[in-house]
Amino acid sequence: MTPVLDVRDVTREYGSGHTTVTALSGVSVTVLPGELVAVMGPSGSGKSTLLALAGGLDRATRGQVLVDGHDLGALGARALAELRRRSIGYVFQELNLLATLTAAENVALPLELDGARPRAAASQARALLDELGLAELTGRFPEELSGGEQQRVAIARAVIGQRRLLLADEPTGALDSLTGETVLKLLRRQCDNGCAGVLVTHDVRHAAWADRVVFLRDGRLVDQTAPADDLHGPRDPESVP
Amino acid sequence: MSVRHSLLALLEQGPRYGYGLKSEFEAATGQMWPLNVGQVYTTLARLERHGLVRAEVEADGQKVYHLTDAGHAELGAWFSGAVSREAVPRQELALKLIFAARSPSADIHQVIQKQRAATVRSLQELTRLKADGGAGDDPTADLAWTLTLDGLLFQGEAEVRWLDLCEARLAATTPASAGSARGAEPDAEPAAAAAALPAPGTAATSSQAGARGRR
Repeated sequence: MTPVLDVRDVTREYGSGHTTVTALSGVSVTVLPGELVAVMGPSGSGKSTLLALAGGLDRATRGQVLVDGHDLGALGARALAELRRRSIGYVFQELNLLATLTAAENVALPLELDGARPRAAASQARALLDELGLAELTGRFPEELSGGEQQRVAIARAVIGQRRLLLADEPTGALDSLTGETVLKLLRRQCDNGCAGVLVTHDVRHAAWADRVVFLRDGRLVDQTAPADDLHGPRDPESVP
Repeated sequence: MSVRHSLLALLEQGPRYGYGLKSEFEAATGQMWPLNVGQVYTTLARLERHGLVRAEVEADGQKVYHLTDAGHAELGAWFSGAVSREAVPRQELALKLIFAARSPSADIHQVIQKQRAATVRSLQELTRLKADGGAGDDPTADLAWTLTLDGLLFQGEAEVRWLDLCEARLAATTPASAGSARGAEPDAEPAAAAAALPAPGTAATSSQAGARGRR
């Protein structure tokens, strides 16, 4: 199976000379369709850098990042933006929902930016919100939604269209345990339906929803773990091509 | 809690008398687990029977205990394995960290990461059980099942967060104290700590969730 995300021996350095800071060093990770991978590590270990590189929001100093077989480093700005818009969904702690748009309009926005007709985009957005149990909320504005509802709208926006890769950075933020679990279940379900997912989190109970948990430390991948009966992905980072 | 392994860890640092082991154990664990001296001597007798320690009788009749090669190996196995979350009281992990931090043969970062990986894996297994849900024919039983799993998940989370904090505290204290004690280059310590993390895929298989096999 071809990985949706293929991070190959990636190093990311900031600055130069004596002031060079290495945020990531020789990290390789693959994520297959249907697989959810959690990334854990202390602050400053490179988790968010890895996510930014995977999402094409930042470029590797060395190594390659492939999304659906496309080498992000070889794409021009326009092609990269298109790939990001069409194939990659982001869920951040700051939800960035637009306050002047309804839930359905927020969800439809990526499709409209990609040239879809507004009516078609809106109907697709409503169908998705319905599927996520938010049918009653499609016409509400973000400020009329609870934190958990807003987060689910943000996830709907992240998965709409033909997204292949879902990237989530502490997606449960300050939500209570039960609401946070709802968000994780949604992510899990999207992956079970064929998306590839990467979840950056400090919360080990959330990471436990993943098929694999990789541990970063000082910019290096130091360990990874999967349930004992898991045959889904590579267990040993050295075996990743 | 594993008194026997703690005694082996103390003997790793040199021969000791039985009473000395008792007071050193108590000092090392902040007097949290007082031992009676009888318990120390029965444990030592058992360790001697298993060939893990060797007793030498001195002229005044006092016994001084030495760690044998088999004892070294047993201690190494304790440090390199993970504590089962179900079978052994949590305190064994506290003891392991205390003694690994002062043992010349153990790498505390490796001990922490091995335990963290094992605990995270058991949490993944518990989460799978939870995601699979109950059979659905008895909501009360399903709720009890979920609550039980939640309880185990939070215990595991607490352990991982505690391990994270232990690691952070070590990182904050180790380089300075090592530098002053040995005059080592201050840069050597963090690099060694990072390099000493375990090889991937070597984490011990965690014991299965205690709740497993309900259905």
